Amino acid sequence: MSDGRYAVVLFHSTSHALRAERVLLAEHVLCKLIPVPRHLSSDCGVCVRVEAASREAVLRALDGAGVEIEGIHSL
Amino acid sequence: MIYFDNAATSWPKPPGMAQAMVRFIDEVGANPGRSGHRLAVESGRIVYAAREAVAALFNAPDPLRVAFGANGTEALNLALRGLLHPGDHVITSSMEHNSVMRPLRALEQQGVEVTAVACSPEGRLDPAALEAALRPNTALIVLNHASNVVGTLLPVAEVGRIALQRGLLLLVDAAQTGGAYPIDMQADGIDLLAFTGHKSLYGPMGTGGLIVGARVDAARLEPLKRGGTGSRSEREEQPNFLPDMCESGTPNAVGLAGLEAGVRWVLERGVAAIRAHEQALTQRLIDGLRQVPGVTVYGGLDAVQQTATVSFNVAGREPSEVGLWLDEECGIMCRVGLHCAPAAHRTIGTFPTGTVRFGLGAFNTVEEVDVAVEAVRRLAQEGP
Repeated sequence: MSDGRYAVVLFHSTSHALRAERVLLAEHVLCKLIPVPRHLSSDCGVCVRVEAASREAVLRALDGAGVEIEGIHSL
Repeated sequence: MIYFDNAATSWPKPPGMAQAMVRFIDEVGANPGRSGHRLAVESGRIVYAAREAVAALFNAPDPLRVAFGANGTEALNLALRGLLHPGDHVITSSMEHNSVMRPLRALEQQGVEVTAVACSPEGRLDPAALEAALRPNTALIVLNHASNVVGTLLPVAEVGRIALQRGLLLLVDAAQTGGAYPIDMQADGIDLLAFTGHKSLYGPMGTGGLIVGARVDAARLEPLKRGGTGSRSEREEQPNFLPDMCESGTPNAVGLAGLEAGVRWVLERGVAAIRAHEQALTQRLIDGLRQVPGVTVYGGLDAVQQTATVSFNVAGREPSEVGLWLDEECGIMCRVGLHCAPAAHRTIGTFPTGTVRFGLGAFNTVEEVDVAVEAVRRLAQEGP
């Protein structure tokens, strides 16, 4: 799992993650909602997994849409 | 069968509303915002889509500032009990439903000062009278957008300007107008909008919510209940951000699936088109009833200035008697009595007897209005 191919974006809540998914899909950025990896947070919610290569595009898109993130981590 | 009780709950519902709920139960079913598996994510998407639909309908600043709850009453309780503290002054009107008055009277016992500005017998509110009631400690103005008794619209946009100038918050109870009359939270200066899903949003019962405007510091809003949110699970303190802080516990996701379908139907048909249809029916109903000898119609008698809710009485007959006769003899369903709004009935002069209320909706027709007017004429002239 930890081969550096993916990054995960963590949010304050599932609602924020769902909003981020909407924003990224509209920008044609590949993403998937997955359970938050235990080692990153004890949240029982979801986070957004993206390809590591699209990290900058993801941050730009979310920032542009005003979606606040809690953090972005390599997976 | 003629259903004229839309002011209580709209019926029938648009095509697709029930199917959205069935689809949720049969094909999705999982808990939104908790687990991360595909069905839980899909469930979360449906709830989020409902937030987006509601936010679009009311021009809310952000879908994440839509906090869902059980109905308009819960949303009003959240706003009133969550924002008012002993020593604060709150202004309302004399046309409010008990969903506003009862929380306010309870808060009054705890030291909140309450002023109910008197409205005219037609149910109209003079913004100058409201402005005159302001005090240095006024914290909030709460108004229904339209009366659930006579349909009279209150001047929320004008009051919104006053609230903005004075640095106060405006809470609007949109139970009677949401989906049936244009509402633009940002243009109208509405800081908090309480809505219910089962009336003119054409969703199911058990859905509603509070939209928290950008001027409201969410951290100041005290939640009605605390508990699991699926977020910040490591902490035993309630989250302080929207919508999670106000949405503890598993939500009515199946209902919200239906709400989303209802609101999408409203958006597709267009509030302006729905409003035009209802306004035309309302004027026809008012004009028809006024021509019946012995019938008194309440309110401003001008459909432009009210919703599709019309209250009347038949001389010499109790509202309950009229309602029973209309149901049994004519298959016309309406609501009689005080409509949970004693203050409004005092204002229009019908307390404690109440009125007969016809609440029209998007699915009513000119023919139904004409049949109902004829039925009332028959009752008034011949009697049962």
